[in-house]
Amino acid sequence: MTFLIKGETETWEVVIGLEVHAQVISNAKLFSGAPTDFGAEPNSQVSFVDAGMPGMLPVINEVAVEQAVRTGLGLKAQINKRSVFARKNYFYADLPQGYQISQFELPIVGEGTIILDMSDGTSREVGIERLHLEQDAGKSIHDLHPSKSFIDLNRSGVTLMEIVSNPDMRSPDEAGAYLRKLRSIVRYLGTCDGNMDEGSMRCDANVSVRPVGSTELRTRCEVKNVNSVRFVMQAIEHEARRHVDIYESGGDIQQETRLYDPNKGETRQMRSKEFAHDYRYFPDPDLLPLVFDDDYVESIKATLPELPDEKKERFMSDYDLTAYDAGVLVVEKETSAYYEDVAKGRDPKAAANWVITNLFGALNKKGISITDSPVSAANLGKLIDLISDDTISGRIAKDVFEVMVEEGEDPEFIVDERGLKQIRDTGSIEAAIEQVMADNSDKVEEYRGGKDKLLGWFVGQVMKQTGGKANPGMLNELLRKKLSP
Amino acid sequence: MTELTQLSLSAARDGLAKGDFSAVELTQAHIGAMDTHRDLNAYITEVPELALERAKEADYNIGQGRAGALEGLPLGIKDLFCTEGILTTAASYILDGFTPPYESTVTANLKAAGAVNLGKTNLDEFAMGSSNESSYYGAALNPWKKTGDNSNLVPGGSSGGSAAAVSARMCLAATGTDTGGSIRQPASFCGIVGMKPTYGRCSRWGIVAFSSSLDQAGPMTRTVRDSAILLSVMSGHDPKDSTSADLPVPDFEASLTGDIKGLRIGIPDEYRLDELDADVKALWEKGITWLKDAGAEIIDIALPHTKYALPTYYIVAPAEASSNLARYDGVRFGLRVEGDSLDDMYVKTRAAGFGEEVKRRIFIGTYALSAGYYDAYYLKAQKVRQLIYQDFVSAFKGVDAILTPTAPKPAFPLGENSDDPVAMYLNDVFTVPASLAGLPGISVPAGLSSGGLPLGLQILTKRWDEETLFRVAGVLEETAGFSGHPFDGEG
Repeated sequence: MTFLIKGETETWEVVIGLEVHAQVISNAKLFSGAPTDFGAEPNSQVSFVDAGMPGMLPVINEVAVEQAVRTGLGLKAQINKRSVFARKNYFYADLPQGYQISQFELPIVGEGTIILDMSDGTSREVGIERLHLEQDAGKSIHDLHPSKSFIDLNRSGVTLMEIVSNPDMRSPDEAGAYLRKLRSIVRYLGTCDGNMDEGSMRCDANVSVRPVGSTELRTRCEVKNVNSVRFVMQAIEHEARRHVDIYESGGDIQQETRLYDPNKGETRQMRSKEFAHDYRYFPDPDLLPLVFDDDYVESIKATLPELPDEKKERFMSDYDLTAYDAGVLVVEKETSAYYEDVAKGRDPKAAANWVITNLFGALNKKGISITDSPVSAANLGKLIDLISDDTISGRIAKDVFEVMVEEGEDPEFIVDERGLKQIRDTGSIEAAIEQVMADNSDKVEEYRGGKDKLLGWFVGQVMKQTGGKANPGMLNELLRKKLSP
Repeated sequence: MTELTQLSLSAARDGLAKGDFSAVELTQAHIGAMDTHRDLNAYITEVPELALERAKEADYNIGQGRAGALEGLPLGIKDLFCTEGILTTAASYILDGFTPPYESTVTANLKAAGAVNLGKTNLDEFAMGSSNESSYYGAALNPWKKTGDNSNLVPGGSSGGSAAAVSARMCLAATGTDTGGSIRQPASFCGIVGMKPTYGRCSRWGIVAFSSSLDQAGPMTRTVRDSAILLSVMSGHDPKDSTSADLPVPDFEASLTGDIKGLRIGIPDEYRLDELDADVKALWEKGITWLKDAGAEIIDIALPHTKYALPTYYIVAPAEASSNLARYDGVRFGLRVEGDSLDDMYVKTRAAGFGEEVKRRIFIGTYALSAGYYDAYYLKAQKVRQLIYQDFVSAFKGVDAILTPTAPKPAFPLGENSDDPVAMYLNDVFTVPASLAGLPGISVPAGLSSGGLPLGLQILTKRWDEETLFRVAGVLEETAGFSGHPFDGEG
């Protein structure tokens, strides 16, 4: 899993820290009562506060605070019972107040941890430095008019959580795993929908490289506003290789902000350090410090759902699943619930295999999520029951499953309707065996002459004869008996 | 009908209730006075038609026996309060043509109580100034003149238009806002009562922000009773302002008992400045004697950090202002001067839209918040601010109220301090400490200078103790017996 870049002179390791902006699921914006629906008509979700009108004042939305605390608890983080909102001052056309209300020195959530589940089944811990609340800016649209820009303030004032990791990641894979895990956690918590393509989760990646074995932190570049896990991984890899190339050709990295162009697969400069803003942070005098007590935190803690890490542990101990299988099943809350419905009262490993191998495969092929699965958990459970009570064989079950995926029907109905029930009637199986033996008397002689290996061939022939429906155990036993001289 | 404008707010209220005159007559009288004294430039925008319409409604309401606390009483509104459908300028070109689609909480409270809005009064641009000279709409003038000298004097600032209008009987009373003395100092200069409540008493929602941690609305009236009446309506908790206090509003008028026997009045030694005008000093001494004669106990107190108040204020206020005024960028409302790019548009709009004093404060504030300077200026100022507050907390352990002059000198001629911002800032030396500490303060007209100009004395109490403030102010007003009228000398 180690990701190292072999250069001409050195082997390099990459150091990655991520800042994620997660839009909080809430009834309204952070400091105004305006709604926050995605895709609404431009400038239709804007209050006087969001538009920065004279004399307007922010009032904290308590739901946003609760969601931030909830997320902090989900990240096993320090909850700061006193935090302060600060103004981050800069001019831009889509920033109506001329400042963004954020948190600077005293964020609502302090240090926490995220456990990454790597694809080889190992896990790794990444430290969270902080989580703070802030307002989103509006949106500038530059391509509707040759010389003018249009401004949509619907997003202005929407609540974001900025979640900052420590520079603990060492590969694009780890960065991807971090984002997927964070997304999983906030979705479990119901604090962010995690949809990167709708912009409700955006990522800035801080990337630097250093020779393997070194512990220094070299100058980093920040790749801003990347909007998919895949692009983040690509951007990091590109950026790391760019750093290596520059160092190896004797150059130096300048601290700067860069943008990733997914079409070209490269990053380019957005803003150099000389043009970095002096944001002139200071505590927002329109807002009192945000203060709550232990009871408040406890009351939120009491409503936390079982989170992916705990669920994974439980799946491993209760269902005896491997770390990998358990990890895959708990990524989405819906998947884990589906799995538990299937596994209830059945062989949990068989259930895991069916969900992970067959169901996920089918859903992926169709490009749909588990909530839209044509195969309900109840029906998949019935299918497994049909196997375990020997109504159908594992092979037939796969065919039945294909039909379930296409037609969404009850497996019992499919088995009945298509006459796929196993043949468990000795007479019928014997008749089929006798027919095969009669048709292949030469093979019978060879077998009886000591060519044991032919048994498998006979099994196949009889299966064919019965349309695959013969009970394999009975078939084996009867065949052996008949073939013996 | 001229005499109607001479009434106090409370007398007019009682007259309306008794049916001695109508709200329309009362309003008409004031509209007449606004015409007569238009040379004072006290109003930026006058709305006589709206006022008369409102007055008619008021007469109807009074007739129906459902008069509000201020039913039919014509007021001036400082043009820093956003008023729905009425041009709101903050006396700045940058808000050119801005008509808010909303009403500030304070003016909405006044409206709900039945008050009549006569118009929007002049002020220093964005309330930054102590003379009203920084207004884009030209200086308001003090209705008072020095004996035997016809030169125009400043009304003080920033609520200079309100002070001039109240003093010249162009309204019964007016709203002001006070950030470092912007109600109290012009009240002193114009011979009226100016009251700044405890920070958080009145909602700031809908008031164009200058310095959020200091700005407070307050009443400007001709009597202490009027001040108490007006404040009762203006104040109250507003969920739209996070810094507005969730406290019940006392009946301030009821606190005017006329009795201060046994109250302890503090006299701060640190306010005995060299710059203090001899007349002001003498009046302060008189004030001490009056309160003592009324049965109060006079106690010397120490406010050791007083000398840091002005420098602290001139870091905190501009720092907040530099951020609060960032929204005036030409993008959404007010003035826009087109440019070649977004940045160019910003530069041209803000260069044209803001006056010199506003620009000076934006520069100071931006500098004070800059990386590398923040700790030395802004953070240090916040710490000193805390010490200044602690001074008062300690002092109020031993006294119930503090008596000081309001301003170090009487009203000065136009242009006198124009080239010297620091001399201008010194006007607020006695008012700024209470602003930094969030305390309530009131300026009561208490006498005339040797040149015949009004002088005020300031009373301060601890936070949320406006009742004691009004109680002492009522006694001071009565014993001082100030009956000066700005046009007395005009024959």
